[in-house]
Amino acid sequence: MPSPDSIRARLLDAFPGARVDVTDLTGTQDHFQAVVVASAFDGKSRVEQHKLVYAALGELMDGAIHALALTTRAPEAGVR
Amino acid sequence: MSDQTRTRIEELIRNHKVILFMKGTKHIPACGFSNAVVQILKKEAVPFETFNILADPDVRQGLKEYSSWPTFPQLYVAGKFVGGCDIVTELHQSGELTKELAGALK
Repeated sequence: MPSPDSIRARLLDAFPGARVDVTDLTGTQDHFQAVVVASAFDGKSRVEQHKLVYAALGELMDGAIHALALTTRAPEAGVR
Repeated sequence: MSDQTRTRIEELIRNHKVILFMKGTKHIPACGFSNAVVQILKKEAVPFETFNILADPDVRQGLKEYSSWPTFPQLYVAGKFVGGCDIVTELHQSGELTKELAGALK
């Protein structure tokens, strides 16, 4: 089972300099919430942004992570 | 994914202007994320079809490849992949989903 820290590390590897917050929603290390603010998302649609995150998590999405509530944006967009 | 599965997915998406591939059914959702999107589509007050991927492992696996998207639910509007629960929720809150649905259903 992945920990929030290990997921965060994977995302920071993929998106250097990004702001990454990962929360274990259930305490069972399989339902997570992630907020990723990365310059790599600049100019990309929401679908494209989420696909980049899923690609970074790779095989974790095939079973280890049962659910991932995901919020992504580019830094310029600011906090809504 | 087999050609047969791809054809089935393409037919489902082509034959329904709004189709939600989800865990469970419109009436008995089997997952909170799927249920959230069902409730949003009800609020949008548009006709929509649902497909229970738990009852069809071929479509479940095939759609992950077809959409390049590893999770469910998945919403398609007018043949286009719109997103999963988080994106649909954002689009609903911003009003973009209403516009997209209106454009597809006119």
